[in-house]
Amino acid sequence: MTSLLALPYWQETAIKLGLALAVIPATSLILVYLFLFKMMAFMQSRLGPNDTGPYGSLQLIAEAIKFLQKEDIHPAQADRRVFRMAPVVVLASTFLLYVVLPAGPDAVVQNLDTGVFYAMAVSSLSVLGILMAGWASANKYALLGGLRAAGQLIAYELPLILAVMGVVVQAETLNLQGIVEAQATGEIFGFGAIGNPFILTQFLAFLIFMIAAQAELTQTPFDMPVAETELVGGFHVEYTGFRFLLFFMAEFGTAFAFSALAAVMFLGGWWIPGFDVHDNVLNILGPGVMLAKILLIAFFIFWIRFTYPRLREDQLQKFAWKVLIPLALANIVLTGIFKVVF
Amino acid sequence: MVAQNIFFGIITAIVVISALRMVTTRNIVHAALYLVAVLAGLGALYILLTAEFVATTQVLVYIGAVMVLFLFGIMLTKAPLGNVMKMTGTQWPIAAGVAVLIGGVTVYSVIDRFGSDRLVTDGPIFRTADVSDEVFSTYIIPFEAISVLLLAALIGAIVLARKD
Repeated sequence: MTSLLALPYWQETAIKLGLALAVIPATSLILVYLFLFKMMAFMQSRLGPNDTGPYGSLQLIAEAIKFLQKEDIHPAQADRRVFRMAPVVVLASTFLLYVVLPAGPDAVVQNLDTGVFYAMAVSSLSVLGILMAGWASANKYALLGGLRAAGQLIAYELPLILAVMGVVVQAETLNLQGIVEAQATGEIFGFGAIGNPFILTQFLAFLIFMIAAQAELTQTPFDMPVAETELVGGFHVEYTGFRFLLFFMAEFGTAFAFSALAAVMFLGGWWIPGFDVHDNVLNILGPGVMLAKILLIAFFIFWIRFTYPRLREDQLQKFAWKVLIPLALANIVLTGIFKVVF
Repeated sequence: MVAQNIFFGIITAIVVISALRMVTTRNIVHAALYLVAVLAGLGALYILLTAEFVATTQVLVYIGAVMVLFLFGIMLTKAPLGNVMKMTGTQWPIAAGVAVLIGGVTVYSVIDRFGSDRLVTDGPIFRTADVSDEVFSTYIIPFEAISVLLLAALIGAIVLARKD
């Protein structure tokens, strides 16, 4: 692939890492403002923030300053070291996800060969941080929330990975850029003008992926780990100020990253119909296309979040093990058969 | 190669210290977290050996699944905060002897087999596709044997856990 700029490896890496570090807080700002504040307010017939800046768009800056000013409180019985490490582990899992997310032919921090597999692996690290937070808080509600989160995230990680398998089989690669390319060069019954977005051939996988992602992100209707009405906030009940902000940022940063993964795997990623896949212009236009697709998918995630009530714990587990996993396995078998026959 | 050597030193130090702290700490959750550090360090070493797929699998399977289940089990049953004095059993000298023995045999066999051979650094890079080609052709029988073994263990666990 031709590179836009020819820089030494360490300079290129430093620039890319700096960009990724700047992108993550920005993504959570966008999602929280656009969906959590504005869309939720419209859907529930309230005003939402409207005083701070035009249409309340500076509300989040004010919130961040508020969080930074708060006192750093540890519960007296808490295990201080683990208590402090927990939000960092959760946020690190989010940061690691952004390493492989592509926004153009060269606009990616590191085009890992194991792309999707790596993304699934690092996203599972957040469970560790949540368990640490729940245990170290020395609080029964926090521990219950942590355990619920662990049970839920383990159960829904399986359908998530199995749904991705269908896409991987069809694209014949784990590499995210390879998956974009496979969609861009694909054809639907000989018609290749819009490529072959895998949402058409892998619609079942897309549905399973989105449901499992909703659960992985602990968004309603799968928000038992943080259920305010039963657990008063779950694993982060004892966290205040900046440490709470880290959990909050990780939640929405991960939501953005999962939307990006869905956009890459099912909606064709950064490719624009009519362009060559290796066209340098896509490095400039790609991020815009990706952002539009990510916001579309995030819109659906938050739409469901604001619409449905919470499930029961046993319903949640049954749904994962008895419905989603068999469906995902059937999808893999079907994809395999079609791959061999056609 | 200098950068690789420096990082090898740092990662090995983290792994060794975490391993030692894991068996000497008096808090069971801390022990599990030190084990996470050991496993993560091993994953980093795989990356230094350009075994990207193995490193990712290490993170997904050991840290994302096995250690989470460990912690889940510990916290579901008994996970007191603070230090517990009766953490070390009376058989620890025997366990230490076994550990030293296994370590010694491993180090001896590696030195005996490879001696002063150097790792080829400019050879072909093994991609994920190469790994799967090898697993599903050359090593298909060991692979299937491990699958059957794991299935047997799984069924055994279900039989043991069921009360009826």
